[in-house]
Amino acid sequence: MIESHLSLLIVVLPLLAAPVVAVLPGGRLAWAISTLVSCSVFYLAAWQLINVSAGNVISYELGGWAPPWGIEYRIDAANALVALIVSGIAALTLPYALKSVIKEIPQRQHALFYAAFMLCLTGLLGIAQTGDIFNLFVFLEISSLSSYALISLGKNRQALTAAYQYLIMGTIGATFFIIGVGLLYAMTGTLNMADLSQRLPELYDHRTIHTAFAFIMVGFALKLALFPLHLWLPNAYTYAPTVVTVFLAATSTKVAVYVMLRMVFTVFGFSFIENTPTDELFLLLCIMGILMMSFYAIYQKDSKRLLAYSSVAQIGYMMLGIGLGSMLSVTATLVHLFNHALIKGALFMAIGALIYRIGSSRIEHFSGLGKKMPWTFAAIVIAGLSLIGVPGTAGFISKWYLVLAAIEQQQWFIVAVILIGSLLAVVYVWKIIEVLYFKAPNETSQITSGQNNIYVKEAPLMLLIPMWALVVANVYFGFNTELTVGTAEQAAKLLVPDEY
Amino acid sequence: MISLASEQLIILAILLPLLAAGLIILADKRPNLRETITLITASIVAIVVTTLTMRVLAGERPAFDLFEVVPGINVGFSIEPLGMLFALVAATLWLVTSVYAIGYMRGHNEKNQTRFYAVFSIAISSALAAAFSGNMFTLFLCYEILTISTYPLVTHAGTSEARRSGRIYLGILLGTSIGFQLLAILITWSVAGTLDFKHGGILSGKLDPAYAGILYALFIFGVGKAAVMPFHKWLPAAMVAPTPVSALLHAVAVVKAGVFTILKVTIYIFGSDFITSSGASDWLVWFAALTILFASLIAMTKDNLKARLAYSTISQLSYIVLGALIAVEMSLIGASMHIVMHAFAKITLFFAAGAILVAAHKKNISDMSGLGRAMPVTFIAFTIGSLSIIGLPPFGGMWSKWYLALGTVQTEQWILLAILMSSSLLNIAYLLPISIRAFFAKPKEGPVYTEVKEAPLSMLIAMGFTALACIALFFYPDPFYNLALDAAKGR
Repeated sequence: MIESHLSLLIVVLPLLAAPVVAVLPGGRLAWAISTLVSCSVFYLAAWQLINVSAGNVISYELGGWAPPWGIEYRIDAANALVALIVSGIAALTLPYALKSVIKEIPQRQHALFYAAFMLCLTGLLGIAQTGDIFNLFVFLEISSLSSYALISLGKNRQALTAAYQYLIMGTIGATFFIIGVGLLYAMTGTLNMADLSQRLPELYDHRTIHTAFAFIMVGFALKLALFPLHLWLPNAYTYAPTVVTVFLAATSTKVAVYVMLRMVFTVFGFSFIENTPTDELFLLLCIMGILMMSFYAIYQKDSKRLLAYSSVAQIGYMMLGIGLGSMLSVTATLVHLFNHALIKGALFMAIGALIYRIGSSRIEHFSGLGKKMPWTFAAIVIAGLSLIGVPGTAGFISKWYLVLAAIEQQQWFIVAVILIGSLLAVVYVWKIIEVLYFKAPNETSQITSGQNNIYVKEAPLMLLIPMWALVVANVYFGFNTELTVGTAEQAAKLLVPDEY
Repeated sequence: MISLASEQLIILAILLPLLAAGLIILADKRPNLRETITLITASIVAIVVTTLTMRVLAGERPAFDLFEVVPGINVGFSIEPLGMLFALVAATLWLVTSVYAIGYMRGHNEKNQTRFYAVFSIAISSALAAAFSGNMFTLFLCYEILTISTYPLVTHAGTSEARRSGRIYLGILLGTSIGFQLLAILITWSVAGTLDFKHGGILSGKLDPAYAGILYALFIFGVGKAAVMPFHKWLPAAMVAPTPVSALLHAVAVVKAGVFTILKVTIYIFGSDFITSSGASDWLVWFAALTILFASLIAMTKDNLKARLAYSTISQLSYIVLGALIAVEMSLIGASMHIVMHAFAKITLFFAAGAILVAAHKKNISDMSGLGRAMPVTFIAFTIGSLSIIGLPPFGGMWSKWYLALGTVQTEQWILLAILMSSSLLNIAYLLPISIRAFFAKPKEGPVYTEVKEAPLSMLIAMGFTALACIALFFYPDPFYNLALDAAKGR
């Protein structure tokens, strides 16, 4: 019974939880229910992944309406992997949230915070699950609107500007997307992705299709913060409450990358893309993004902003895989999607733990905390090494496949860019580590943070456990890639069918 | 000696130091217990590795894979003679250095000693794991762990100078390994479809010989630990570390892991025949040759003793690299033996440098006039180490230089032979004056040193052992020679 409705339950559970959570008095109960829901969703997502891991596809007809008329949830390895990432990160972020939220968000807003969180989860999971592009738009709006609300809850007043900026950019993106969807519908009369992919090839030369494609690409490039459309992201990540940053950094851009994959490979087909300048344009933007954003990251003084710029650079790596358009490169994209969620999740959680103790995210205020908070420090080191791509960590596996994909096509310039990007990552990661490790607790002035790092204690267990779960995952998936690479290869086979 | 299977011994040799690191941290507040743990572990590891050596000499070649990381690439270990030779050197000298370190760290009142010993064990574990690596991926993994685990040792002092040196250290080692070595490994993988070490190489017949030179260069420069110019700056920078670190890691474990990797790549990835037939190393030999020469020349200008020894190490490492690049049997034997001979000689020199620092608080050579009469044991050991580096009989260093020179003769590379010989002269010029000054020159302040005594006993024992080993290796180099011969012949 549950198994046949699995795909729907994953989306509906958090959706139902949202209004319930919103009306609950006090934060703790709301937190407990949200945590319970996100854990069960994670369980369901894992179940779903096992069901499609053999390479088969689940087709779920919403309300019993047969596709292409009704809405169809079409789950293959790619969706299942993304759903697993989103729900997994949610299931780890929520336990972490309890203490962090109490510290950063006023008591009266707690219930609303969890409700918005649940809605955001619904939206992201919905995008991952659905096989209908209009339905995708609806979920996109659900996730976007709730993230604007979540970001605006940040302690500083800049959070409001950041949220507003994101609102404007996000709305433009969504509008572009829906214009594209409208044009596609006008030309083909269908909204079902599988159906679209059947009907589009005969219309490839039609100018409207090209226009629709352009709108959709730009719309989602905005959502996933592809350089140079990334301007909303650093502010949003910096000023949002820590928990929100953790969750969004690890999931929301990943989901957007997944939609890109779906649009490029399933809906339009790579043979269509190859006849447009899109793939070259992607490569160019990715290269520029990786290099420039890594340099930007080096010069940041705020740790959250540093990681935010690093995220924009990392999105470049993921999009490289789409631009290269081979089976190996799509595998690399999906693997990096997964691994980067682990990396950035762990890093933002660790930075969040520092913020929890000292109330500031500026790197100069971190002096000497390495000794005071050894576990948090170790987490930053390991996750940082994973971000750099040192062997033995998940990040290495991503780099491995990415570079192999570039070598396969003899794209030596891209190979160089990926490796240089890793070296730049060494610089910005070490910038944080050096301050934590070397400086004495009282070396820098503590006037702005208003406290002395000498008396700082290790972060509470409620923050450490989820953080270390991700850190351990970073190491585990650096050695055992059955889940990540295995699933990604399955997905790549379905997405890029022509090649082998 | 031990009845366990060789596979279990390999695991034991790698895991024991890791376990010790954990125990050392637990024994934080009890220094004596902490040092006992280090010594016991180092002794057991030395016994384990010696047992393995005897089995390898008897012809056993244990190999196993632990698990698969991505399809076709495993974390796996195997022992061949070259790795055994490196492991034997590292394990033996770890024990000696542990004895030495106790005297040094206490005599010098170093802070954070627990961290020091713990991280040291981790570094040794990764060096041993590198020695036993069964494929290039595992070797690369251990190589990087070794880089990162030695970072806290290099920056041990925590001063701004240490921090700056740490940046150079990490920047060059990580930079070259990610920028070049990883790329070279990935190209190898996409060309050959495997990364397993195989005698005779895995690239021959699969890689266009025209590109062999480029790939080989990526490997040579990608192994920053071998300190081939222009990627040598990290080694002098690392001298800011406490002396036992400079002694064991930056004269033995870390740098030898570098040249070991190059030898491995030469013999087991390319295969020496492929290198000579494709001419992959024709222009690379000049980098090694010039490094030998320039580093010796720079060493002469250094007044700081450790800095001089560091440049001497850079020069000597390129002997090994050169041996690998020439890639004929004699030069490979010479290169492998030089790993051993240079290790014992250079560690003696560093031990002496540390003893001088602890006992007399002198860092600069110009301040050491007349010090030999106050610290005779230290300076006799120093002299023995110097003579072995120079390559005179009756010291072990003669053998490796002998075979390296034979290698150049065999390939009729007369210019290289001349460079090797002139470098030996330069060795005399920058090493012997130190001993001469210490024994025969007059001290700056006052006629003789009255307050300076010899360093603590544990340091003298360690130093004496390695100095005697330099002599013993001249008369009895057989185990190392046999390992080197087996490696070169691919047995």
